[in-house]
Amino acid sequence: LLNVDTNRIEKRIEIKAPVSRVWRALTDHREFGEWFRVKLDGPFVPGQVSRGRITYPGYEHVKWEAVVQKMEPERLFSFTWHPYAIDPEKDYSQETPTVVEFRLEKIPSGTLLIIVESGFDKIPGDRRLEAFRMNDGGWTEQMNNITRHVVQRPQ
Amino acid sequence: VFAALGDETRLSLVVRLSKGRPCSISQLSEGFKVSRQAITKHLRVLESVGMVRSARAGRQSLFELNLRPIESIKQYLDLVSEQWDRALFRLKSYVEDEGARKE
Repeated sequence: LLNVDTNRIEKRIEIKAPVSRVWRALTDHREFGEWFRVKLDGPFVPGQVSRGRITYPGYEHVKWEAVVQKMEPERLFSFTWHPYAIDPEKDYSQETPTVVEFRLEKIPSGTLLIIVESGFDKIPGDRRLEAFRMNDGGWTEQMNNITRHVVQRPQ
Repeated sequence: VFAALGDETRLSLVVRLSKGRPCSISQLSEGFKVSRQAITKHLRVLESVGMVRSARAGRQSLFELNLRPIESIKQYLDLVSEQWDRALFRLKSYVEDEGARKE
């Protein structure tokens, strides 16, 4: 339990497509919008705010806002944002954002995509609870799993 | 919470308390080179962030672990993590299905 890194999330996925193709799917704002489910107002530009609206069913009222950080072609794309900033009435701008990094590596089968989101330590506790409330279902089960995990493996 | 855990003595105290039994300060001080006063201070830090609760039992205080703060952080990360799994799966399908259509 105490070995869990509470500041970052890392994910790896292999995609059977060339790095150039995955790069485009990540950084072309229309393509990004297709799979991320957001309608973006304009292209991603480093140092600039990216705005749009979530298209995920049930969350269409939610605004998308991120600040593009780095765009190193076919290597690294990163932005900062406020994860789960889903209450349209609330101003999240005073909170420390998290950083999302997409790293691309060429592998024999195509592309290895590594995504790291970090900076969760700075997220206020009440925001975390809010995110749970907004998440549809599955949490009772998760809580049971965690409780079991904590009980069985206290260290 | 994170700062509270970023100290070796406090981390050891949490590990001891994670056995599930409420402990007194003297029980918790066993085996540590630091004084009981120092242990008490560490316990108060853990109590202030809600990781530990104490109850008076006669003349001494008993301390036990309160897991809720850790659980909620873990749950939050699980939630964000799950969202990324879904988004990355959509990205993979989006790119790979297009490739399949062309072939």
